[in-house]
Amino acid sequence: MRVPVSWLREYVDLPADLDVGELARRLTMLGLKLEALESPGADVSGPLFVGRVLDFEEEQHSNGKTIRWCQVDVGEPSARGVVCGARNFSTGDLVVVALPGTMLPGGFRIDARKTYGHVSDGMICSARELGLGDDHTGILVLGSEEAKVGDDAVAVLALRDDVIEFEINPDRSDALSLRGVARDAAIAYDVEFDDPAQRFPAATAGQGYPVAVRDVAGCDLFAALEVTGFDPAAPTPRWLARRVQLAGMRPISLAVDVTNYVMLELGNPIHGYDKQRLHGAITVRRAAAGERLTTLDGVERELDPDDLVIADDRGPIGLAGVMGGEATELSAASTDLVIEAAHFDAPSVARCARRHKLPSEASRRFERGVDPTIAPIAALRTAQLLTRYGGGQVAPVATVVGQPGAREAIEMPADLPERVAGFPITATESRAALEAVGCNVAIATDELLVATPPSWRPDLRDPNDLVEEVLRVVGYDKVPSVLPAAPAGRGFTHRQRQRRAIGTALAAAGYVEAVCYPFMATADCDNLGLAPADDRRRATRIANPLSEAEPLLRTTLLPGLLRAQARNIGRGRSDVALYEIGIVVRPRPGEPTRPPALGVGRAPTAEEYAKLDAALPAQPLHMGVVAAGNRSPAGWWGPAREATWADAVQACRLVADVTRTPLEVESAHVPPWHPGRSAVLRLDGVDIGHAGELHPAVCRSYGVPVRTVAAELDLEALSASAADPLLAPVLANFPVGKEDVALVVDDTIPAAAVEAVLREGAGELLESLRLFDVYVGEQVGTGRRSLAYSLRFRAADRTLTEAEIAAARDAAVALAGERLGARPRG
Amino acid sequence: MSGPNTSYDPVRVAALSAEEVERMRAAGVAAVQGAGSLEELKAVRLAHAGDRSPLALANREIGALPPQARKEAGMRVGRARSEIATAIARRDEELQTEQERRMLLDETVDVTLPFDRDPRGARHPLTVLQERIAEFFVGMGWEVAEGPEVEAEWLNFDALNIGSDHPARTMMDTFFVDPPSARTVLRTHTSPVQARTMLTQPPPIYVVCPGRTFRTDELDATHSPVFHQVEGLAIDKGIGMSQLKGTLDHFATAMFGAGITTRFRPSYFPFTEPSAEVDLVCFVCRGAEPAVDSCRTCKGEGWIEWGGCGVVNPRVLVACGVDPAVYSGFAFGMGIERTLMFRNGVHDMRDMVEGDVRFALAFGSEV
Repeated sequence: MRVPVSWLREYVDLPADLDVGELARRLTMLGLKLEALESPGADVSGPLFVGRVLDFEEEQHSNGKTIRWCQVDVGEPSARGVVCGARNFSTGDLVVVALPGTMLPGGFRIDARKTYGHVSDGMICSARELGLGDDHTGILVLGSEEAKVGDDAVAVLALRDDVIEFEINPDRSDALSLRGVARDAAIAYDVEFDDPAQRFPAATAGQGYPVAVRDVAGCDLFAALEVTGFDPAAPTPRWLARRVQLAGMRPISLAVDVTNYVMLELGNPIHGYDKQRLHGAITVRRAAAGERLTTLDGVERELDPDDLVIADDRGPIGLAGVMGGEATELSAASTDLVIEAAHFDAPSVARCARRHKLPSEASRRFERGVDPTIAPIAALRTAQLLTRYGGGQVAPVATVVGQPGAREAIEMPADLPERVAGFPITATESRAALEAVGCNVAIATDELLVATPPSWRPDLRDPNDLVEEVLRVVGYDKVPSVLPAAPAGRGFTHRQRQRRAIGTALAAAGYVEAVCYPFMATADCDNLGLAPADDRRRATRIANPLSEAEPLLRTTLLPGLLRAQARNIGRGRSDVALYEIGIVVRPRPGEPTRPPALGVGRAPTAEEYAKLDAALPAQPLHMGVVAAGNRSPAGWWGPAREATWADAVQACRLVADVTRTPLEVESAHVPPWHPGRSAVLRLDGVDIGHAGELHPAVCRSYGVPVRTVAAELDLEALSASAADPLLAPVLANFPVGKEDVALVVDDTIPAAAVEAVLREGAGELLESLRLFDVYVGEQVGTGRRSLAYSLRFRAADRTLTEAEIAAARDAAVALAGERLGARPRG
Repeated sequence: MSGPNTSYDPVRVAALSAEEVERMRAAGVAAVQGAGSLEELKAVRLAHAGDRSPLALANREIGALPPQARKEAGMRVGRARSEIATAIARRDEELQTEQERRMLLDETVDVTLPFDRDPRGARHPLTVLQERIAEFFVGMGWEVAEGPEVEAEWLNFDALNIGSDHPARTMMDTFFVDPPSARTVLRTHTSPVQARTMLTQPPPIYVVCPGRTFRTDELDATHSPVFHQVEGLAIDKGIGMSQLKGTLDHFATAMFGAGITTRFRPSYFPFTEPSAEVDLVCFVCRGAEPAVDSCRTCKGEGWIEWGGCGVVNPRVLVACGVDPAVYSGFAFGMGIERTLMFRNGVHDMRDMVEGDVRFALAFGSEV
């Protein structure tokens, strides 16, 4: 909402030496937030006068341009010679002349200059050059009654003003008018407010233009007032056009400017119909299916049966409260007008404007709530302004249909403002504050205030709404700062601490966290090479995605990570290791259940609450990593180490270690991974993730280097396990016995199996076991490999003898031989 | 050890004379002193302290002396041998020390060589900041509540006093899940977590809810369709605007440092009444000499908008099963990205969402 301060002063007696910045600050503190402060015309200075064109000669120049060499009287002893490119004036016209030394808006300095063979002693200005709008088709010609020669043009044209632009909260529909802003300005300065709705009379109700309201729920008040004999060519008074312009609307014609002016002043959108183009009674009703309407913006629209329309005998002539129709529009020939001022149902207008993607000045006001009683005043105010400046007659009576319901009183405990605000506010202060915003207040008892909110504040419904009004007037800045003491908390949950530990460990291991968008496309499933039946293809779809390219919610973290990976590589980084911890969305199996329809008058039962949750897709927390290039770069210490499948698996093992989860690793053949270089990760026999090198086709699809590696792990299972405190290990201090064994096994036997058998065979004296070498070569034969392990033995209660250690080692080797055909490497 | 000498030969026994023993001692000590390396010392040890050394040989002759002379000769030889042994030990230590000193010198390296063999990673500053915020509140006894990102419309809107025709529903630019009959949305704020907490825990409640939220805004320098919020909720007896102010004042100080004060100004949110916008004093100009356009950060207002807050609307309490006659509460919400932008001078939203590792790495592991 843009508010010219000179206009505001009409309704509120602001100090003469007003600091506009201070006014804006005070209004901000009342909830009308300062968005921008402008001082149009502040940069205009110097000799800018009204002058009369005494005479001119038209000259054709070689560049094809015709100019006028004018003699202009600006009230000086002699006339000035000015070159002018425009030709929309005659001898004797009053014009605005910027004499040398004038600064025009935008820092445009006027000097005497030689042009077209003359010394032009100034400039005759267009409206645009004066900051009065876009009109640059010719120079500005003033009416003879507007000014006289030698007048200061700044004053005549109201060039200087201050304009405050406010951001208006959705509940303050009243502040989308000068009337509402002025009321708050009066509160801000504790001065009288001259309510224009009381200053201007209402139209007398009677038999005016026929109106039928068929949808009372959609329109509880409709006023129609006729104006006849209007001169459509009459110009808009300059002050009125200027105010409309400074308020952010484009001056168009007297009829349009006046309707806009009254809307800005009183907050009620006004619509004018050309009476000659109306056919029969004006009807307010819902649209019929299949009806069409061409709105003022020239767009033909198919109407929805929920659209509230204004219609005549031929059909819809406007979307109620949103936009009028082209067929009945006021034109340069309209002499008889029907003025509509009405009150339309806010949700209905909101739905209609949204449906037709047609936010307008009118719909913006109606959908927030317009004063439902002001229409008869607004109608008459419009008609009177029209006839004052455009001639004609206002009909003696208006058709007024409907009766808005009276506001119900709200009972508020007298101490509620004090309790909610947290500092003393007396009932007297509360009453004064509520009256200042327009409430009718009675102190019923010592404990109770009864306030009837004013018609222009539809947002005031509850005692707490009144508290906000009281606090607004008393001052939000009075609220003291008191730190509440919460009861002792339990700290972070196990799950929260675990998530942090996982992130910290991955970061320490060289992975950088990416926070990716959780959207994906069906194409991602194809790019990942997922089979038609793959569960990751069952994704939740967004009805209104930002991009049709990514309408699905991710079922896997990999697409987002791979895109981030490609972006990093594209930006010139070759070694990138990323991780993400975030949810994926997995629709539940079977038909989606519908959530229960719940009201808000009570809390849902436990059963209803459970049903709300059951209707949501599962949203498990996942961990994903991708890495490409070197995990460790080459340097003076030696060669680089590339990221391999093993890094991806290790990232999962790291997560398992940090969370003390026993993770089993087995080879897997699951897209998007390399079929021979990927693993499935299991917890208690359940697959919870995969890791390894990506399939080269997947790498190509995402534009990441072939041999990029990745892992994805479901963290939900991890957080469920290992919640109990760990029992500390007993540290034995007897000497350790070390034995190394190398076993030759068939190379199809996984190392994990060999390790498991060795552990089992070695028995409880085994303290630790570690694979330290893998050998493949002639010595062990094709299809076989040698795995070398170092074993450490220790007992808690004694020093082990060499014989005991050897026996344990031999038992381990023997079991490996028996189960896996392993033989010691000779 | 030889037995008493039965065939006494006074000539050979001259080796035990005081003069001779002293000569051998002096020669030994001199040789030890002259040893320039551990190898030389080894040879000296063999020559002057070994089994075949002159003193060792002399010692064997003691038994040949008459019993009355043995004691004196024994003492004489023993002293000399001990002196040589001591000298050897001392010299050995000297030479060892010297050898190690040289070795260490030889091992000198250029310690300025970079050793970025195992590059570190980083957590994302948005994550770290969320945790830091959570820590602040946990420190006051609050708890951290979480909830689903794909949320029931009823919890995201209705329960929070945002009816189906409420302008706020369109204002929030919601992503809806297909089909609409599922009445499921991508949560537009973390407030549904507050509703869930009220529905599942008895008061008093002090929770903070950080998390990911969604609005249908195109990505640009200041907007992202996916962003993060932290919201707080306190439900207790006697809770009002002043407790809200106290909490946010401390929160602001924890986030932005001492001297960053807050300001409440009237605003509107369906779920709070009264509602306020909480502004922070401008970090750049600190609110000095407010004048339009003088400070680019706050546009001369002296204040910058941080988040929304207010006293929980009693209608919300009712819908969430809290008795408004007994309890009242406050709620607040801030954008994490916005907070990071203020605190850490992030200029472009895109830097936070694109996963460019340079951004996260720059923060180390603290924000």
